[in-house]
Amino acid sequence: MRPFNRTTREVRGEAADDPVVPTGHADGHAPAPGPGDGAAPGSGSVDAPELSTRSLLVQTFPVALAVGAYGLSYGVLAVAAGLSPGLATLSSLLVLAGGSQFAFVGVLAGGGNPMAGAIGGLLLNVRYLAFGLAIARALPGGPWWRRGLDSYLIVDESVALALGSAGPESAHPDPTRWRTDVVRRFRVMGWGVVIAWISATAVGSYGGQLIGDPEVLGLDAAFPAGFLALLAPWLRSRAGKVAAVLGVVLALALTPVTPPGVPIIAAALGGVLALRVPQPAGSLAVTSPATDVAASAGPHEQERP
Amino acid sequence: MTIVALIALAVGTYLMKSVGPFAAAGRELPPWLDRLATLLPAALLAALVATQTVGDGATLTVDARLAGVGAAAVAVACKAPFGVVVLAGAGVTALIRLLGWGG
Repeated sequence: MRPFNRTTREVRGEAADDPVVPTGHADGHAPAPGPGDGAAPGSGSVDAPELSTRSLLVQTFPVALAVGAYGLSYGVLAVAAGLSPGLATLSSLLVLAGGSQFAFVGVLAGGGNPMAGAIGGLLLNVRYLAFGLAIARALPGGPWWRRGLDSYLIVDESVALALGSAGPESAHPDPTRWRTDVVRRFRVMGWGVVIAWISATAVGSYGGQLIGDPEVLGLDAAFPAGFLALLAPWLRSRAGKVAAVLGVVLALALTPVTPPGVPIIAAALGGVLALRVPQPAGSLAVTSPATDVAASAGPHEQERP
Repeated sequence: MTIVALIALAVGTYLMKSVGPFAAAGRELPPWLDRLATLLPAALLAALVATQTVGDGATLTVDARLAGVGAAAVAVACKAPFGVVVLAGAGVTALIRLLGWGG
């Protein structure tokens, strides 16, 4: 499905250190490298099919289902931990960060101090600083309410799928299209997660024990499997590989010795350290705007909307 | 007390989510920060994969998930579409649990 092939990469030589080929879109449409791949950017000859609303919804549905399965079990657990069904549902509406909510009710269920639960949950959510920064590259900004809504929609699934499905910006032939695709997918995916998470929490907390265990269906492995697929395009660049490997090493090394949440935050350091990997000449405008035009990766020459 | 703690969790979470969209969106970032923002997803995704595959609270454990994610990795290597990768991960994990081989 993916058009990646080594020949293309080798032909393009050093400039190919950053990923050069967009990932296959999850809906199976071939992305747009084609004959124009490697030509000067900004020529406007992008023949990728429009990202249709229908294909967006098709991509969102299974994610929403899986999120909903966890929302159901969160609702059940929250009520078992002593929250009223109304408060459990409200917590999903206000917090909208599943891992931290599980951590919070976990502390409550163990008879712990609710504030300790909140602090543990907040520690888990520090990663959203990094997720927010990653998605903000594509976000248009705009009025405060728009930024406020976009902030609300930042969850693992929306950010990871939006950025992952589009692939790295430097690999996309048209930076403007890259940005619109990322933002649309982020918002549709985000609202899908919002609806699924909150409504499933309500059903689970009011409906009680009618639910099975999502782990029987292997849903706990569905998320890392999906994240792995999304990670793939980054592994084609040296800096991306270094960031990923350091992320894994830091996260696993710290898991046994730090409170939950810290490993993922520390993994962000992997991204920082990967900055030290030298960029291949001309791969990005940030090092040399003059060569950028010839390098097919000219996002920085474009105006941001 | 529970409600106060819940509100603290909600407000704190929202504040952390809003830093990127309010401070960085629609603005030209300094080059190093811009490059960091493109590399962060790789580090974060990889860490999520690792911790959700072998993490169990504060311990590392090998169970059915590892086989599932291994199958997903094979699917990724074969350039399978996204949905197939996810199905492979969940399906193999569920199958191994069904057979009673892994926790």
